[in-house]
Amino acid sequence: MINFIWLGLILSGIVVAAINGNIEVINEAAFEGAKTGVTISFGLISILAFWLGVMKIAEKAGLLKKMARLMRPLVRFLFPQVPPDHPAMGYILSNMTANLFGLGNAATPAGIKAMQELQKLNPNPEKASPAMCTLLAINTSSITLVPTTVIAIRMNYNSQNPVEIVGTTLFATVVSTVVAILLDRYYRNKWMKR
Amino acid sequence: MYQVITTISLWLIPMLLAFILVYGMYKKVQIYETFIDGARGGFATAIKIIPHLVAMMVAVTIFRQSGALQLFISWIQPVLQFFHIPGEIVPLTLLRPISGTGSLALMTDIIANYGPDSFLGRMASTIQGSTDTTLYVLTVYFGAVGIRNVLYAVKVGLWADLAGAAAAIFIVTIIF
Repeated sequence: MINFIWLGLILSGIVVAAINGNIEVINEAAFEGAKTGVTISFGLISILAFWLGVMKIAEKAGLLKKMARLMRPLVRFLFPQVPPDHPAMGYILSNMTANLFGLGNAATPAGIKAMQELQKLNPNPEKASPAMCTLLAINTSSITLVPTTVIAIRMNYNSQNPVEIVGTTLFATVVSTVVAILLDRYYRNKWMKR
Repeated sequence: MYQVITTISLWLIPMLLAFILVYGMYKKVQIYETFIDGARGGFATAIKIIPHLVAMMVAVTIFRQSGALQLFISWIQPVLQFFHIPGEIVPLTLLRPISGTGSLALMTDIIANYGPDSFLGRMASTIQGSTDTTLYVLTVYFGAVGIRNVLYAVKVGLWADLAGAAAAIFIVTIIF
C-alpha cells in the first residue's frame, strides 16, 4: 500500500507540473526533499540519544517491571484467555509499559516475544488468536506519555514551547486506545459466537 | 481545562526525568554509565531513519511544490469545511496509519511551513504523536510469528486511528 501512496504522490506531482508547464519544479523539489530528509534525521540524534539513555536507567532500576506489576489487573481484564502466570503476560506488560514511555525500541522486541508466546497457545498457527488481536489493538493505538520524536522536531523548528502538545496528545491517544479496546471486544465477541 | 493541560505538559517531562534518576540512584543503578550505554543506541536509530525520510520527503516535496496537493485539497474542501477540518491536515491523517516515517515527514513539512506554535503545527504534532503506525505494527508483529489470517485486527486498528485523529482535531480546536 505504501508503494501506491509513494508512486501516487510522485506521479501526480509530475503530471500536474507537466500540465501547468513548470516541469523544472520537479527537479528542484526532488533534491530539496532528499536534503530535508537527511537534515531531519540528523536533528533527531540528540533527542533520541537522550531519551534512550534515560529509559535505560528506568529499565535497569526495575521501573518497567514495577509498572508491569501495577498494571496486572488491567491485563487480566484485557487477556482473559491467557493464564495469568503464562510467560506471555510478562512480555505483554513490558510491551505496554515501554509504549507508555514512548520507547518504540523497547516496545517492539517485547511485543514480538509476546506474540511468540501467544502463538504457543494458539490452536491454528496460521490464524491469529483473539489475544493476539487484542495485543495488536493496544499496540497500533498505543498510549504514549512522551511523544519524543514530535517534541524533538518541534525543538528543531524553534518552538516557544515544544512540550505544549503533550496534554492534547495524551487526550487523543487515550480516546484512540479506548476505541481500539472496545472495538476489539465487540469483534472478539462476535467472532467467538460464530 | 487549558490551564490544567498546559501545566501537565510543562511538568510531565521534568518530573519523569527527576523521578527516574532518583529512583535509579535509590536502586543502586550506576545511572551515569547506564545513561551512556542507552544513549549509544540513539545515533543508530536516527541513521536508520534516513532512507525512509529521504524517500518520503522527496515524494512529499514533489507532491506539494508541483501544485498537486493544492489541487487535491480543493477537490475535497467542501466536505472538510463541513467538519471544520483544515485542508493541510487531511493528507497527514490519511498517511498516519500507513507510514510512520511518511507521516512524520508530512508533520515536519507542516511545522516547517506554518511554524511549530501555529494552530496547524500543534494539530499536526498532536495527530502524529497520538497513535502508532497501524500497518507497520501489524506487519511486524504478525509477520514475526507467521500469521496469515489476521481476523479483525486491521479493522480495529484503522477505526481506532480515525477516532484518534478526530479526538486530536477536536481537542486542539478547543484548547488552542
